[in-house]
Amino acid sequence: MFVRLSAAIAALSILGSAALAQGAKPTDPQIAHIAYTAGVIDITAAKQAIEKAGNKDVKAFARDMVRDHEAVNKQALDLVKKLNVTPEDNDTSKTLSKQAADKLAELAKLKGAEYDKAYVANEVAYHKAVNGALETQLIPSASNAELKSLLQTGLKIFQGHQQHAEQVAAKLK
Amino acid sequence: MRPGRYLPVMAALLFGAIEVPAHAATIQITTTDLVFAPAEVSVKVGDTIEWINKDVFVHTATAHNGDFDVMMPAKKTVTSVLTKAGTVEYYCRYHPNMKAVLTIAP
Repeated sequence: MFVRLSAAIAALSILGSAALAQGAKPTDPQIAHIAYTAGVIDITAAKQAIEKAGNKDVKAFARDMVRDHEAVNKQALDLVKKLNVTPEDNDTSKTLSKQAADKLAELAKLKGAEYDKAYVANEVAYHKAVNGALETQLIPSASNAELKSLLQTGLKIFQGHQQHAEQVAAKLK
Repeated sequence: MRPGRYLPVMAALLFGAIEVPAHAATIQITTTDLVFAPAEVSVKVGDTIEWINKDVFVHTATAHNGDFDVMMPAKKTVTSVLTKAGTVEYYCRYHPNMKAVLTIAP
């Protein structure tokens, strides 16, 4: 379990430290890119779960993740278009994507109940990590009021997902 | 235009009005940015709740005690009639951090 969670926890610390290492807070185009990337990562993980999961609650949870994260990301795209902002790739986004790809490959090797537990445990850890980054890094750094507001809505959605994932995890035990 | 032609319609309207219990009311509860508002509402059995979802996300209004489970599609309004009295805590199954209370009088 430690190994399985380590990727998400590493992503959290990198999410915190990458921006700090630059000595400056992330810019709005970078924040938009990080938030969008975080959503894409969870959609990709969920699509794998819809294919692989055996438990019906886990499958249903994965479908919820696709639906909500696609809705958030659509709003994010509409907003950057409206604000005429081009999301800017950055080290935090790159690290998140790399960590997520590794995690996906690791989960791909698992089967049945073992996969279900690992996916849901990672969902808890991943949403916790993203929520921490949103609260301490991304929301405080956002300059544009509409971007800040969208991130705040995102935080509430992801906190909801974290609780939902915790409930699903509890039922798997 | 003879008044007699409208009598059946008038009667239907009249009976229709009589059939609706005098105390039945329609109460609106909205979800905006993952918040049920108002968070606490006092209602009566027979009242109708208009669940107005202003979010782009699907929500549910799900009673902890199982009395109701209303699906709230994104950007839609759905209605449900309250059939049982009690103080009912409810939440959204998809976002369990969304919580509110209905106090339903008999």
